[in-house]
Amino acid sequence: MSTTDQVAEAPALGWGERLRKFGLMLVSPRGAVYLLLIVLLILITVLNPRFAEPDQLMRFIQRVAPIAIVAIGQYFVIVAGEFDLSMGSLVTAQVIIAGNLVGQDDSRSIPVLLLMIGFGLLVGLANGLLTTMLKVPSFIVTLGMMLALLGGVLFWTGGAATGNPADGFRQIGRGGIRDLPLIDFLPWAVVVLVVLLALAIWFSKRPFGRTFIAVGDNVAAAHYSGIRVWWTKTAAFMISSTSATIAGVLLVGYAGVHPSVGRGYEFIAITAVVLGGVVLGGGRGSVVAAVAGAFALESLFTLLNFAGVPSTSRDAIQGVIIIAAVAYAAATFGRRRRRPARPTSPAGEEQAPSPVPAVPAPTPATGDTPQQGGL
Amino acid sequence: MRRGIRTAAGVVGAAALLVLTACTTDPSVTTPSDDPGESEVEWFDQALFDKQDAERGVVPEGPEGQPYLQHINAEMVDTSEYASEGAKKACFANASISNPWRQTGWITMNEQLKVLQADGAISEMETRDAGDSDDTQTADIDYFIEEGNCDVFIISPNSTAAMTPAVERACATGKPVVVFDRGVQTDCPVTFIHPIGGFAWGIDTAEFLIDNLEEGDKVVALRILPGVDVLEQRWAAAEKLFDEAGIEAVDYFTGADPAEIKKIISDELAKGDVQGIWMDAGDGAVAAIEAFEDAGVDYPVMTGEDELSFLRKWKETGLTGLAPVYSNFQWRTPLLAAQMIFAGTEVPQEWVLPQSPITSSDLDEYLAANDGMPGGHYAKFGGEDLPGYPTVWQERIIP
Repeated sequence: MSTTDQVAEAPALGWGERLRKFGLMLVSPRGAVYLLLIVLLILITVLNPRFAEPDQLMRFIQRVAPIAIVAIGQYFVIVAGEFDLSMGSLVTAQVIIAGNLVGQDDSRSIPVLLLMIGFGLLVGLANGLLTTMLKVPSFIVTLGMMLALLGGVLFWTGGAATGNPADGFRQIGRGGIRDLPLIDFLPWAVVVLVVLLALAIWFSKRPFGRTFIAVGDNVAAAHYSGIRVWWTKTAAFMISSTSATIAGVLLVGYAGVHPSVGRGYEFIAITAVVLGGVVLGGGRGSVVAAVAGAFALESLFTLLNFAGVPSTSRDAIQGVIIIAAVAYAAATFGRRRRRPARPTSPAGEEQAPSPVPAVPAPTPATGDTPQQGGL
Repeated sequence: MRRGIRTAAGVVGAAALLVLTACTTDPSVTTPSDDPGESEVEWFDQALFDKQDAERGVVPEGPEGQPYLQHINAEMVDTSEYASEGAKKACFANASISNPWRQTGWITMNEQLKVLQADGAISEMETRDAGDSDDTQTADIDYFIEEGNCDVFIISPNSTAAMTPAVERACATGKPVVVFDRGVQTDCPVTFIHPIGGFAWGIDTAEFLIDNLEEGDKVVALRILPGVDVLEQRWAAAEKLFDEAGIEAVDYFTGADPAEIKKIISDELAKGDVQGIWMDAGDGAVAAIEAFEDAGVDYPVMTGEDELSFLRKWKETGLTGLAPVYSNFQWRTPLLAAQMIFAGTEVPQEWVLPQSPITSSDLDEYLAANDGMPGGHYAKFGGEDLPGYPTVWQERIIP
């Protein structure tokens, strides 16, 4: 009942109000990831003013799109209290499927695309059912899935590239609308990302979307409140595998076919999600912040490129910055979490515009239980 | 209370870390150009550089039209002690087939095997694939020594130093050992087969770029991974020559990931003009060229490899290019060497195979000769006279 109240309230908010909340959030500790992103973007622009030009910016978003989309998928899994380690290898598998099955024949694009989506859903379903029905920890299930997919790819290709599919198929990831005023070039990948992000925001505000957070926060409470936990978690895995599929389609276009495409994406996505302040173990976080996390990570990569950091020390510097940022986000987020009971009405809402208080009354109480053990 | 203190400590710690990172980024912004010299010191070997530089100009000895049997500056060794009748069992410890170059060679080697089986020289070849692992390959070699019932050991080492003891154990059996591709730190094998080498690659490519660029031009070097001697030597030679010629060269590790390559090039293009692309292996060359197309700028002067995807893109775009070659036909030589050893024919102690780049003048010839081959195929695979040609390579049936 309280869930419906929240849903009714959310769309009633005006845009101005939301903007104000966003501004407030940015300066609050919760906005760590946005601050980091802004700082990184400013540093990049200082080093290379051309970066701020609209067409460069569009190209930047284009290339972050796959990883941001993977982060969106990973967000739903993590917020529901699970992990999906199979995303990167699913991206790889989908890239190889596209390369091998589309070949140079444009007419096969649509059937292969449908096949890829079907295959992705199947992988997500398997992950979800194994996790919920057999009660195997998702860390292990998806790790196994990762190895199975990578092994399958290796078996199929022998570990080497097979050649790019027809150019028509690659348009989604590589092409776009050209000669536009102001931005000059609008890559399809950017359109896809914007649509998916909007969908994800809308979905996480829906009653079903909110059950993800409820399940991640406290499985028992979710169960007693009538949520089908197995279905929610399975759906999370299916969302993540679908997002990996879409990322794969974009990457085939952007980069081409190679068994190394998608490598490490699961960890980049998890890092992005955590950087966005989403709590590992579930129950807290916002999908927008997860996407911002993905952008921050890629900006970091670009910054190191622009700064001319030697190739040998780049990974180390990247690692230190990520640890620091996550630690900062975790510490500030943890502090915020530790005083959840006090702001009951508007103030509490303000700090958490995402659907965190889906079950307002029980959340502070149940939220405390995993906190003492978990943090 | 304790909670409050813990929170404060956490925040202070995190803030300190953040300050720390701010410090780590800053120096890197100001001193980007000081470091490259270090890697040069580590991998550059003047004697080897000079040797390979000289070998590039030598006309190889051996049968005309069969580059896999030719050799450069060879010192022959007597093999009469191994001479023996009948078909022999070969045991092949392979590092991996995890890249298109090794796959192409592996296909060629198996076709060569069929010929030698038909001739009655080799009865069978038992192969163990180490999957890029030193440990696995050591175990593979030891297995062959203990229970392989082998007549000859063929080893393509995964890494130089780590494989040396295992190769020495194989030598100790008294049976002939043939090593090819990457080397080991022992001269106990009967013959060590390899193309001229990484420095020659680096010299060929760097000279080409220097000839086609102006002083002060920028070259982006795309490298697969650090720490592998064949690859490091390519870069060590090229970097030295770029430096001497006043070409600005920046290097990146890509893992051959085309997405990574595209990111790197588009960042470099956002920074400023890029006139040249240098690669230590051709895998991913197409993505690099596409990055220039996507950015809508002129094609660079570029060196890739004799991988067909690059040769075709080169032809299609008409860019100024060179395809250095790490002779893939060397995969034929080990089995042929085994045949020679059992026949008691002398073989070169160090069998240096020819290694010459494909230039724009013979690009068409190689494209025509390899028509219908997949993108991951290598133009100088040297298997045109083998029975499965061309279907086996076209369909890329990996044994």
